[in-house]
Amino acid sequence: MRKSLLTLLLGVALGCGFVGAVRAQEEAKTPPHREWSFEGVFGTYDRAALQRGFQVYKEVCAVCHPVKHLYFRDLEELGYTEDQVKGIAAQVQVTDGPNDQGEMFQRPARPSDKIPGPFPNDQAARAANNGALPPDLSLITKAREGGPDYIEALLTGFKDAPAGFKMNPNMYFNEYFAGHQIAMPPPLTQADQVKYADGTQGSVPQMAHDVVSFLSWAAEPNLDERHRMGFKVILFLLIATGVFYAAKRKIWSRVH
Amino acid sequence: MAVPPASTPASGYSRLVRWVDYRLPFVSFLEHEFTAYPTPKNLNYWWNFGSLAGIILVIMIVTGVVLAMHYTPHSDYAFDSVERIMRDVNYGWLIRYIHMNGASMFFLIVYIHLFRGLYYGSYKYPRELLWILGVVILLLMIATAFMGYVLPWGQMSYWAATVITNLFSAIPVVGNKIVTLLWGGFTVGNPTLNRFFSLHYLLPFIIVAVVGLHLLALHQHGSNNPLGIDHRGPQDTIPFHPYYTIKDSFGLCVALLVFAFFVFYAPNLASSADNYIPANPMVTPNHIVPEWYLLPYYAILRSVPNKLLGVILAFGSILILFLVPWLDTSRVRSARFRPIYRLVSWLLPIDVIALGWVGANPPAGIVVTVGQIATFYYFFHFLILMPLLGKIERPRPLPISIGTAVLEATGARPAERH
Repeated sequence: MRKSLLTLLLGVALGCGFVGAVRAQEEAKTPPHREWSFEGVFGTYDRAALQRGFQVYKEVCAVCHPVKHLYFRDLEELGYTEDQVKGIAAQVQVTDGPNDQGEMFQRPARPSDKIPGPFPNDQAARAANNGALPPDLSLITKAREGGPDYIEALLTGFKDAPAGFKMNPNMYFNEYFAGHQIAMPPPLTQADQVKYADGTQGSVPQMAHDVVSFLSWAAEPNLDERHRMGFKVILFLLIATGVFYAAKRKIWSRVH
Repeated sequence: MAVPPASTPASGYSRLVRWVDYRLPFVSFLEHEFTAYPTPKNLNYWWNFGSLAGIILVIMIVTGVVLAMHYTPHSDYAFDSVERIMRDVNYGWLIRYIHMNGASMFFLIVYIHLFRGLYYGSYKYPRELLWILGVVILLLMIATAFMGYVLPWGQMSYWAATVITNLFSAIPVVGNKIVTLLWGGFTVGNPTLNRFFSLHYLLPFIIVAVVGLHLLALHQHGSNNPLGIDHRGPQDTIPFHPYYTIKDSFGLCVALLVFAFFVFYAPNLASSADNYIPANPMVTPNHIVPEWYLLPYYAILRSVPNKLLGVILAFGSILILFLVPWLDTSRVRSARFRPIYRLVSWLLPIDVIALGWVGANPPAGIVVTVGQIATFYYFFHFLILMPLLGKIERPRPLPISIGTAVLEATGARPAERH
């Protein structure tokens, strides 16, 4: 019995730390929590931030990273008109075919095309990046512990390596990355690196926040609809719960 | 107090219904097993979880059939086809999130259902087979959930499949042959995904069949009840409809509220971020962890340094439930009248939660120690405490009948709670 009591005490004491302690990244700093417009029950994406974020992605991230699951047509959800999306697509050449002669050919992209990545395959991506593979970004905020907070912290978490820290060649020190050595060079280095189309001042934190907003949308494009529908469903269920409870009381009064 | 008497089968129906019923007694079957079915009048809300589990099973099958219309069970396309469901299939995100979180709801509900059975001694004479069928359902659920988790072919899918299938290699002599058979090759790959998809579609229907047997066994002697005494006549029972249909409907709404919260506002809370990375045999995730509902078994597995023994104990932790009707030597069903067992039966879920915490964390330092103590206690509970308490514990006197106990409860405070 003594052993079982000990288990109980240990179980309770340790159970308290259950949620927070799980799967912490080795020695990496915990990313600070940021404000996101899409948090909470009524959270929605901020379309202006998404458009700015898309601009940052296009001008900075897209040099190395694909967004494999996105089509040009999806960009209409950022608030672009159909014609604007056609224009964005037409600036990019995609491979199509084979044609009647059996040959592949280049043509301007259409909204129904997937947004092409910077490299034809993973081997080409590695060859251009010292052997490292830049990951697909279309699910990145869902594919990392810490989600958008972590990605934003990572983008702005580059530092000089502390004295005595042994760095491998072509690696960069980042305090939020597990093991601290990341193959990605600091992507956002100076203010106004991206000249925002809407005139917003492009400070580094602003660009980081915008691009992570865009990537969060890319990972979960149905969030707005999900939040709206959830509110209605829960409201309906609350009313139904009340009605059924009243009915249950009424019917059971015959037994009591 | 006037409880309407059960109507005679198919009386009051149209001539057509009576014509059919005379040849195919479907309506009278429903009348007998659902409407008039005599149920103890004192069932509390713990008794809601059986029907809830049945409803979640139906939700899982319906959403699963729809998902299968859009899913591609091929290692090159599975991950992308799931993303296509999430993005391009109408309400695909909703159906997938219901299915994903439905698995968690199903286990949560079934674990509560199982705990209720343990607490109120629902496995005792004459309900041993009813209990055993329930454990069979749990085993089938675990197999189904595990194979379902592999289907999105993310990193955790792939590595969970690798770790769990490798457990069978611990079996002496034929272990490696079994693993090759499970994989359909010499590593987890496309044949593995294909057969897991096939079995993941098949097993739920086997679960439905076993649920049918579970209900058949249940209706033979009727529900146990919080007092754990048999009903002695009509004064102790009420017809299932409308009393328990309405009570179950209310409980269903509450459960759906919880379910909806997760589906709409925290759909990825219970799953690992790694599973949004496509499966990559070249990269092992930092920590390979199963879904929360399998963590206690995983903790038991890892608490033993010997692989074969770990596998035996992990499977044994479920298989031991088959023996519970005979491990418990007490003649009293309900823990309400068993002061020591009542306390002990609450220690078990605490122990299982501690095991869950152990399973979620990397096995180092204090985690290992807690895991070993909690594993020991888990088996200690079933193998030592259950048989021993039945012998040494002095149960409190049982009420004469359900009817008198209910009358006392509505008149003054419950007799057994002073």
